[in-house]
Amino acid sequence: MTTITVVNAGLREPSSTRMLADRLVEAISAEVADAQIRHIDLRQHAHAITDALLTGFPSGELAEALASVRDADALVLVTPTFQGSYAGLFKSFADLVEPDAVRGTPTMLAATGGSERHSLVIEHAMRPLAAYLGLLVVPTGVYAATADFGGQGAPELTRRIHRAARELRTLVGGVTVAEAPEPAGSGHAEIDAGPLLGSFTPFDELLQSVSGAGR
Amino acid sequence: MQFGIFTVGDLTIDPVTGTTLTEHERIKATVAIAQKAEEVGLDVFATGEHHNPPFAAPGNPPVLLAHLAAKTEKLILSTATTLITTNDPVHLAEDYAYAQHLADGRIDLMLGRGNTGPVYPWFGKDIRDGIDLAVENYALLHKLWREENVSFEGKYRTPLYGFTSVPRPLDGIPPVVWHGSIRSPQIAEQAAFYGDAFFHNHIFWPKEHTERMVDLYRRRFEHYGHGSADQAIVGLGGQVFMRANSQDAIREFRPYFDNAPVYGGGPSLEAFMRETPLTVGSPQQVIERTLGFREYVGDYQRQLFLIDHAGLPLQTVLEQLDILGGEVIPVLRKEFAALKPGHVPDAPTHASLLAACRATATKETDQSYAAPVTDRWTGTTAETDNAPSAL
Repeated sequence: MTTITVVNAGLREPSSTRMLADRLVEAISAEVADAQIRHIDLRQHAHAITDALLTGFPSGELAEALASVRDADALVLVTPTFQGSYAGLFKSFADLVEPDAVRGTPTMLAATGGSERHSLVIEHAMRPLAAYLGLLVVPTGVYAATADFGGQGAPELTRRIHRAARELRTLVGGVTVAEAPEPAGSGHAEIDAGPLLGSFTPFDELLQSVSGAGR
Repeated sequence: MQFGIFTVGDLTIDPVTGTTLTEHERIKATVAIAQKAEEVGLDVFATGEHHNPPFAAPGNPPVLLAHLAAKTEKLILSTATTLITTNDPVHLAEDYAYAQHLADGRIDLMLGRGNTGPVYPWFGKDIRDGIDLAVENYALLHKLWREENVSFEGKYRTPLYGFTSVPRPLDGIPPVVWHGSIRSPQIAEQAAFYGDAFFHNHIFWPKEHTERMVDLYRRRFEHYGHGSADQAIVGLGGQVFMRANSQDAIREFRPYFDNAPVYGGGPSLEAFMRETPLTVGSPQQVIERTLGFREYVGDYQRQLFLIDHAGLPLQTVLEQLDILGGEVIPVLRKEFAALKPGHVPDAPTHASLLAACRATATKETDQSYAAPVTDRWTGTTAETDNAPSAL
């Protein structure tokens, strides 16, 4: 089974961003036979996201949402374009993702906007963020302006959706991005302290590296 | 088990009266709170260390602790926390040992790194070096209290050759050290490595962090051969506000919760009580919640409560201490003691370490062993390399 988490930062009900997300899911489900889709509509978590920024920890359903991002086999990130960039809520959610939690996760990026003039938002705003998070992003970004849902842009949008879905399938099915092993003797032996804590260096080794005088 | 309170010394506007204490009033209130803590039968008072507004906690806690030592008889005076990153370990060794003498051994300290980024550069340090500073500085502090002619070269301070920190710790027994950290496994590892105590502040965060850090500390304590995991020395924070009727407690505390910068504008009081160890309610609710802590950290040795923050008036804080000392802690003392197995030790104190030390010394004398005699003038022994070049 391939778990795919879809993060939608659309604020309206109904939301054209969510509509785009649904079309992406439809195309992905056709490509990835065993896809299991989990939707995260950030609107529902907006208050909890602010709380988490203030307290330093996510709680309840937001914690589950972040876990489903962390554990996903692939991600689909969809945001409306506000003031020439991704929505603030989208960035606030991204700010809560733990460092390295999504490194190497195959990802599709998509955005909506009022007109075609914002279509580079994916390349200029979303891709740098995805690069920071270490996401493995498909080459085709899917941007949909209002006119693309029904007007003359509609066939081209459909083509882009299917191309992005095929690209995501190849990444999900074909590649494993594992961290390259450290060359022997280059670092400290790390001990895994489990969830929430990460790994740490055994103390005697740390002491040696910090202080020549040691114990 | 030890019970006490810890303070961060914040100067926060009282949202009910609209007033903020002056620094002078806050500092004097802190002294009154500590004295009251002793009066109602608490064991420990711990102060934070702060270098920036809006805090009136001491920048050098032994200044306050020494004053409290003169004002109290039995209270253990501690810190929460002493910054091991930005303080010179030589000054820490000197000041805490001096305070320890004044307090007849009633001083211990809890080491923390400090999470206020700007503080580091004020003292010529970088927050990104936080862990390394904590490791090196404590390695030196540990040595200064245990060895008389210390030579030490590290990355963060000027080297020492043949240095003796004075005064020597009282009875040759260094103050008990607790290491505090919310989520840095490296600090739990440090406490375990030395066989020192570990404290989790256990406020503002969900209990899962506390549970995992304590579990890691216990496992590593055993790994380093200081005893079994359940014999490791664990302390927890906690945060309470009580009135006889739980609804009164919630009504009275809510404006403080809603407005204090540490919570303000965040989750609701109810959500915060659910997600973190904060308990606002009746004494009985506090007793039940606190007894529940051992279900996820095991039998532990020290419980400190935060009760004097967020702009709460001094009078209210003193009433909280009356409730804690009168209704809550006597029950907790009895219940925790009944639950604790015999092989789990109490928290070490100067008195307990001195007794253990004397017991060992008696045994060793029986075996015709005498410790090397220290020269009363130089503080060195015949075995020490006293060559002038080392100075």
